[in-house]
Amino acid sequence: MNTHVKTPQIESTDLSRRSFLVGSAAAGLALGYSTVPGMLGADQAFAATGNFDPSVWYGIAPDGIVTVTCGKADMGQHIASTMAQIICEELGASWKDMRVQLASNDPKFNDPVLGAQITGGSWSTMMNFDAMSRAGAAGRMALTEAAAASMGVPAGQLVVRDSVISDPKSKKSMTFAEIVKGGKATKTFTPDELKAIELKTADQYTLIGVSVPQLDIPSKTNGTAKYGIDVMLPGMVYGKIVTPPVRFGATVKSVDDSAAKKVPGFIKAVTLDDKTGTTTGWVVAVANTYANARKAADALKIAYDGGPNAKLSSQSLLDEAKRLQALNDSGEFFVKDGDTAAAFGTAAKLMEAEYTTNINIHCPMEPMNATAELKGDIWHLYSGNQFATRSGAIAAGAAGVDPKFVVLHQMWLGGGFGRRLDADMMVPAVQAAKAVGKPVKVIYSRENDMTMDFSRPLTYQKVKAGLDGDGKLIALNHDVVSAWPTKRWGIPDFLSPSVDKKGPLDAFTVNGADFFYTVPNHNVRAILNEMAHNATPSGQLRSVAPGWTFWAVESMVDEIAHAVGKDPAQYRIAMLDGAGKNDGGAQRLRNTLLAAMGLSGYGTIKLPQGEGMGLACVSSQERATASWTACVAHVAVAPSGEVKVKKLTVATDVGTQVHPDNIRAQVEGAALWGLSLAMYEKATLKDGGIEQTNFDTYTPLRMSQVPEVAVSVIANGEKATGVGEPAVTVIAPALGNAIFNAVGARVRALPITAEAVKAAMKA
Amino acid sequence: MPNLNINGHNMSVDAAPDTPLLWAIREQLQMTGTKFGCGAGLCGACTVHVNGEAVRSCQTALSDVAGKKITTIEGLSAKGDHPLQKAWIAEQVPQCGYCQSGQIMQAASLLAKNSNPTKEEVVAHMDGNLCRCMTYSRIQKAIMRAAADMRTASNASERRPT
Repeated sequence: MNTHVKTPQIESTDLSRRSFLVGSAAAGLALGYSTVPGMLGADQAFAATGNFDPSVWYGIAPDGIVTVTCGKADMGQHIASTMAQIICEELGASWKDMRVQLASNDPKFNDPVLGAQITGGSWSTMMNFDAMSRAGAAGRMALTEAAAASMGVPAGQLVVRDSVISDPKSKKSMTFAEIVKGGKATKTFTPDELKAIELKTADQYTLIGVSVPQLDIPSKTNGTAKYGIDVMLPGMVYGKIVTPPVRFGATVKSVDDSAAKKVPGFIKAVTLDDKTGTTTGWVVAVANTYANARKAADALKIAYDGGPNAKLSSQSLLDEAKRLQALNDSGEFFVKDGDTAAAFGTAAKLMEAEYTTNINIHCPMEPMNATAELKGDIWHLYSGNQFATRSGAIAAGAAGVDPKFVVLHQMWLGGGFGRRLDADMMVPAVQAAKAVGKPVKVIYSRENDMTMDFSRPLTYQKVKAGLDGDGKLIALNHDVVSAWPTKRWGIPDFLSPSVDKKGPLDAFTVNGADFFYTVPNHNVRAILNEMAHNATPSGQLRSVAPGWTFWAVESMVDEIAHAVGKDPAQYRIAMLDGAGKNDGGAQRLRNTLLAAMGLSGYGTIKLPQGEGMGLACVSSQERATASWTACVAHVAVAPSGEVKVKKLTVATDVGTQVHPDNIRAQVEGAALWGLSLAMYEKATLKDGGIEQTNFDTYTPLRMSQVPEVAVSVIANGEKATGVGEPAVTVIAPALGNAIFNAVGARVRALPITAEAVKAAMKA
Repeated sequence: MPNLNINGHNMSVDAAPDTPLLWAIREQLQMTGTKFGCGAGLCGACTVHVNGEAVRSCQTALSDVAGKKITTIEGLSAKGDHPLQKAWIAEQVPQCGYCQSGQIMQAASLLAKNSNPTKEEVVAHMDGNLCRCMTYSRIQKAIMRAAADMRTASNASERRPT
């Protein structure tokens, strides 16, 4: 942990100790939580100023418009709309009356479970569902009581629907707008009362499970949605960063701005003094326009000391990973079940394989940017960000102030995918604004964005399997070597204790390896590749660890099944027996796998030569937050090794569907991300720098590469789970297994290339 | 000071003639619907129309567009109700939405010339526009829907008695 970054304490906001208030406020009715239970009535609470600041989750204006404040980053998963939908269901409002707005980084908008403002892990819906439902229900009850009093009828006989409260007996009715205007809807719920509210059961839902129009979509068809890059402040100037040739560890020796001074509008070259340790060797060229800032940036002559990582390459990182894996005392245990060493000793057959993934870059379509303005004592930052709690602290560290003097204004995110969990963009914005005494908008060029990504790390995995005489998997050692993205945050709460008590480990490098198969002897070792950690600061890229752990597990299980002459699907099903700790999850995963098999025609359709179907099933993201996902991939492989993906059939068990159409959009997008990572995206390190700088050399999937994708969603009434990421993780192994079934070529490195397939065909 | 004709209005822009059209539109004219994605003509986020043709505004200098008619997403329709915009909503296309102005402008230049494109023609026309959320199949569906709507509207107007 860096002493210059004072991250506010992560503390889960225990709503069971807070009162829920419904009361009149300046702009109508406000509904939210009080941290000071019972001290004030709702009315006084919302009227009080200064010393009392309840967290307002939503408000109802006198015209009946319900505005939900979303503390989550909305990067296209439509989470703001989803939060509104959950509230709307219990509140009984009409969907056309619902609006959303984005929260600031004020801790009062922290996630009720996570105790921070962080958006990721496909957690949002599952962790906010109950709290949002109760908030909606509390609002409905307060409005109903006010309506009952006004109509002179018992509250119990009133019906709430589409923003109208009506009495079937007297035929009287009042709209939400009329009730709010009356100013009588006031109610305080003690924590116990709130907990006792009987929420709707699934059969009573009228809105959850309905694909209502997403509230943010119209603004994204006419250019009016405002992203961070669209912020305009009076007197604002522009910053273009100049980044060194080395990803991390370089320092600026000198800056010659004599040529830049000839660029019209050039203001200043600012060399960052980043005590937060987020960036190294960055300079910002500040000018009156971005075009001029770019010209000035290009004209700067900067001399660098390349630092300790200047000679490193992807090969160095891989070699180091292999060296670390070979050591007996490396890393910490994430799983340690039974005794693998003893089991290997008695095994009838041993198998070993190595699986690798290359560096991957997030490259959301909106390049990183932030706008900083100092007003009085307060730093205002405008940027779309997934981790306001930490990013505010980084901005404060860059400014040299306490985090309480930083206000982060959330914007729509032009793609997140985990990239905007990081806060690097805050540093040049703050320090440039400080240096020139004006608001500054810093916009990364695509080249800056790609070469300075907090990338998905290069990973190396070694898997050793022991089989008994019947071919049953009795022991598995799984070593995962990588940079540790979450360790880099320096927040102990996000690390996990190791089972061997050797110290904390970054579970976001091994999640998924603790699968739901029954394997009596099972070790998973998380090994930090310090060299990679320092040279290529890594980040959380859509699906994080399960994006590589299932590549290894689901490929290896397939290899084992083939080696012992069993059908890979039946082999998996046999291990998904639901014994012990796997009870429940294993059965759901088995059913999902069967669904995908049935939908794809796995094992029933006769395929031409050179074609094959392969499958995989995953419990991404984490054991405790799994969505059960399976894929059957259908490929055609040419003699050249060229792979054509013909179809991806994805089945996913998400428990409860809040918005079926959005789930399909997310699962399809995630599956295509999985395909893109599996076949088209590869970044490489050379001389300490990322070699790919734009979309000509780093090449995410384009429209012409999209195969048929069939998505089937299983909603069985269990708790709602996340859908933004899991399908990413199931695609690569399904493809690898399909390629093997098509032409007998086993690939173990991502991305899968024609050369690798061809080489494996010969082998 | 270059003069531009944007969305039917003549506007003068305080910028050097070699300034990319993209930045003049976004900064000087404060129309932020047109997006910066790559600065190299590789992603299509900055697509606008110049005399009806889809061009990458990050690769187009102000001096190249003097006297030409420029249309941005803000000017595609008066009320955001171009058949493509309606289809984009009907198909619930956008996720993050950042690339969608460019996608819509790119698609509009196709439908202006060909209101009955095949799937292959749509893919060939749209392949230069990246969508990192991977909304590609919905983009295709929305283009087909808009094309059908445009054909219906045009048939209806042809049948209308004069």
